[in-house]
Amino acid sequence: MKEKIYKIREEAMNEISKMKSMDELEELRIKFLGKKGELTQVLREMGKLSKEERPVVGEIANDVRKDIEAELNSKRERLKNEMKKKKLEKERIDISMPGKEIILGHRHPLMATREELENIFLSMGFSVVCGPEIETVQNNFDALNSPENHPSRDLSDTFYITEDMLLRTHTSPVQIRTMRERKPPLRIVSAGRTFRFDDVDDTQSPMFHQLDGLVVDENVTMANLMDTISTFIKELFGEDMETRFRPHYFPFTEPSAEVDVSCVKCKGKGCEACNGTGWSMELLGCGMVDPKVLENCGIDPEKYSGFAFGLGIDRIAMVKYGINDIRLLFENDMRFLNQF
Amino acid sequence: MLLPIKWLKDYVDINVDSKILADKLTLSGSHVESIIELNSEIENVVVGHILEIKDHPNADKLCITITDVGSEKLQIVTGATNIKEGDYVPVALVGARLPGGVKIKKGKLRGEESFGMLCSLKELGVKDSVIPKEQKDGIFILDKEYPLGMDIKEVLGLYGEVIEFEITPNRPDCLSIVGMARETCATLNKKMKYPSIKINKEEDNINDYLRGIEILDKELCNRYFARVIKDVKIASSPLWLQTRLMEAGVRPINNIVDITNYVMLEFGEPLHAFDLDKIIDKKIYVRKALENEKLVTIDGVERSLNSSNLVIADGEKPVAIAGIMGGSETEVTDDTRTILIEAANFNDRSVRLTSKSLGLRTEASSRFEKGIDPNLCQIACNRVCQLIEEIGAGKVVGGYFDNYVQEKKETSIVIRPKRVHKLLGIEIEKSKIIEILESLELKVEDKGEFLEVLVPTFRLDLEREIDLIEEIGRIYGFHNIKNEPLVGVLTRGEKPYDRQIEDKSKSILQGLGANEVMTYSFISPKAYDKMNLKEDSAKRQCVQIINPLGEDYSVMRTTLMPNMMELLSRNYNYGVERAFAFEIGNIFIPREIPVKTLPIERKTLCIGMYGEADYFYLKGVVETFLERLGIVKCNYLREENHPTFHPGRTANIIYENKVLGVMGEVHPDVLENYDIDERVYIAELDFEGIVEIADLDKKYKPLPKYPAIVRDLAIVLDEDIMFRDVEGVIWSKGEGLIEKVELFDVYTGEQIPKGKKSVAFSITYRSHERTLKDEEVSQIHQNIVHEIEETFKANLRS
Repeated sequence: MKEKIYKIREEAMNEISKMKSMDELEELRIKFLGKKGELTQVLREMGKLSKEERPVVGEIANDVRKDIEAELNSKRERLKNEMKKKKLEKERIDISMPGKEIILGHRHPLMATREELENIFLSMGFSVVCGPEIETVQNNFDALNSPENHPSRDLSDTFYITEDMLLRTHTSPVQIRTMRERKPPLRIVSAGRTFRFDDVDDTQSPMFHQLDGLVVDENVTMANLMDTISTFIKELFGEDMETRFRPHYFPFTEPSAEVDVSCVKCKGKGCEACNGTGWSMELLGCGMVDPKVLENCGIDPEKYSGFAFGLGIDRIAMVKYGINDIRLLFENDMRFLNQF
Repeated sequence: MLLPIKWLKDYVDINVDSKILADKLTLSGSHVESIIELNSEIENVVVGHILEIKDHPNADKLCITITDVGSEKLQIVTGATNIKEGDYVPVALVGARLPGGVKIKKGKLRGEESFGMLCSLKELGVKDSVIPKEQKDGIFILDKEYPLGMDIKEVLGLYGEVIEFEITPNRPDCLSIVGMARETCATLNKKMKYPSIKINKEEDNINDYLRGIEILDKELCNRYFARVIKDVKIASSPLWLQTRLMEAGVRPINNIVDITNYVMLEFGEPLHAFDLDKIIDKKIYVRKALENEKLVTIDGVERSLNSSNLVIADGEKPVAIAGIMGGSETEVTDDTRTILIEAANFNDRSVRLTSKSLGLRTEASSRFEKGIDPNLCQIACNRVCQLIEEIGAGKVVGGYFDNYVQEKKETSIVIRPKRVHKLLGIEIEKSKIIEILESLELKVEDKGEFLEVLVPTFRLDLEREIDLIEEIGRIYGFHNIKNEPLVGVLTRGEKPYDRQIEDKSKSILQGLGANEVMTYSFISPKAYDKMNLKEDSAKRQCVQIINPLGEDYSVMRTTLMPNMMELLSRNYNYGVERAFAFEIGNIFIPREIPVKTLPIERKTLCIGMYGEADYFYLKGVVETFLERLGIVKCNYLREENHPTFHPGRTANIIYENKVLGVMGEVHPDVLENYDIDERVYIAELDFEGIVEIADLDKKYKPLPKYPAIVRDLAIVLDEDIMFRDVEGVIWSKGEGLIEKVELFDVYTGEQIPKGKKSVAFSITYRSHERTLKDEEVSQIHQNIVHEIEETFKANLRS
């Protein structure tokens, strides 16, 4: 009987080692240890044994059962690990294949630029204000001190709706509106669409975009203007950008200046893009608000002074993104917009 | 404005090189656009004397010259036809360099050796536009004898630097060499050397030649100054005069015209010379033209004038359009013997309008338009006489006519040094202020607290204290002002609420996958036809531009949809497979027709898409967009009558009984109009309405503590029963325990009777107070099924 039991163990161990799957293993368990299993069968015959023999054989049988169970468990564990490993191996993918296409929209480069400019001025304490695209001649020209026979008032320069209404030619009328509605101190910027009678080509468009700024307070000086503009330019293009104030003429400011900045390409060293001058020309126009303009808006020019500035957003966007044809901005080709 | 440095040096001593000069002038307000270096590349071109010209044995079109260049006599083959023996000409020697990198080598032309090249002005680098007509084709024949072998650069003098300026409209006085010389003096702190104007000999008296000058329109002509030259000999100008003109960008014509041009460039006063023998009655009238009066101008064009055009006339008819162009009949020709030199001052506005209405812009008209000091007339006219005398082109007749309506005098302006400081932000000593003003030829009297400044008449732009402050600022140099940060109450920058919502909207739409687009505010009125709008549609009532760039840009848009269709069509036709775009922009609604007051500008949102798009995709975008702005209770009501849209696939977006917008599939007719062969979906929403109801306040709701029970429900009902109605029944019978109703399938076809559809819902039940029991949910669900079956005559699908 002992021999039988040992044989079962030997047989079981041998077979377990050959098993390749969990199912086979379970079958094996039933075969040896199940209710009708071989070991159970042997134990049923225990009755035939002598009193003395019974506990001894019983003990042996229990040991054998434990041994088989232990072997089964360990085999099961090994099989499980192997299967896990196999599964992971099977799940190997080509990680070089493209990711799933997730479509996120794109901001228009002009609008993104406008927002960037506005944000710089917001951080400098300027408030954003807005004005209409159709303006009065009064706000667009007269109040801004534009000479009565100035060519910019011609039908060949400006779009008119009636004799005294037009499509604004700059965002400066918003300054007039603001000065009439609010009291100094004022610190505002206003950006938006502007219009001039220009046929479409690669550098001009009948509709373009400007940003205008205005500061009015007591004791505002040209030195303040220059500081504000230089700060803005550094914020926009980087600390290493220099600004140059060139005296210029605008009807609504005096003294007036045009601002050049270090060439964006060569940072002032001189290259082909800047004709070797090191300066990107005419980025921005500015000046001290003409006393007549303040007066036109009911502000006492002896008490208050101010400065104003204006710049073309389209041009800055084009410089910033290296766009060489303004038409691209209004064609709205998705393949263009998808780049921003 | 072209400023030849050599010419400038006649009036100012300049001791800096041109680049430094250009930088300094730029920083004092005369913006230098470029520095042009004339012909610096020329080397080894010398004066030669043609001794002999022989035929070329092998070529009809070539000839052989023997040319003496001093050191040797050279055989040179040329194709020129304008040379003769004895001419002095420029010779490019073997090894010479010409502009454009041309190098001259010894050559053989049809078997004959050639040791150099005879040059034309063009080959010497002169621009076509300024080469005298008679010199245009052929070798440049020098005007007289020059030492053989002399460097041609010295002969021509056409070498040196020319600075090109952008002159601002307030400084017409700078459109002259003298004006720029004054600026240079102020900038470099130098003394101006004015040319001395002196006529040595005068013969006869002007009254023997001209009976008088009458200004009939004193508003449009403030001054008419005239002198007479007799015994005129028309010829080419001497070389020095020609090259000066060429350097300044003007083509030499003949001695008289060249001198008037020279003086115009020098002082900025346009002048005109009439053939006095052709002036009828020997009398000059400055008057308005008669209606439809005709004049053939010197460009050969017959001009039809009207009564707002100012003309110069003789006793019979107009002889010039004042300040713009002379008539061809009285033009100076080779036969002219006596001339009248006109130096006048015409009204800037009148010249501008006439020039515009005739479509005729000239150097003279563009100068008069900008304004000219009337005191220049006499100086300029005398300068012309002086130069004519100097080069022997005629004899100056004694006396002059000078009709001066209102003499322009120096004006006086008071300036407070304190005010200078207050505006510029830098303390400039009074003595420095005086120095700067005086450097600009202003006379200053120190009155203690203020300065009294006398402004010369050539400075038309200086009228007020602020004008002087600007002068001080620019000559002192903005670059010498130290930046000072703004001081004052610290304010926080604010953005208006509607702009905040706009920014937020844009990022939501971007997140939903749409590209932002920008289109023009003006459109073609034909767009309304293309959009299929009815004849009486309110959208057709639009603001019109009086002077549009063309019909395509002639009316202010009342809807953003046409531009959206246009750009989708463009993309489609470029072969872009899929487009999804939005624009936020204004529409313009007139308050009355015809427009009298500023129209209403209303911010509007338009969304458009094609490719991988359908009605529900668009609706999903609209719903999500609104939901993220806190707008949740929108209703979508069927719209069958919008002519732009598909009658069965269009909805009005309603919020509390107000139409917020419209969305749907674009009508096939409209697609055809826009040449798109694919379904397009568009929504247009009133953005200002959205701003009003947007609610960005978010409040946290506790997360559910108890489990949910989900039950599905599939029913078969009539095809035209709307989802919204069935959903309404579900909610109404839910006893407040429904959390969510989801539509997950709509099916028609096999197994479903014709005219019916199968609709499947998934209903989530949940209580916030307790765990729901299966039985109670079953009961509610049962009731819902029952109610749906009753209401819609529907059947539960098994």
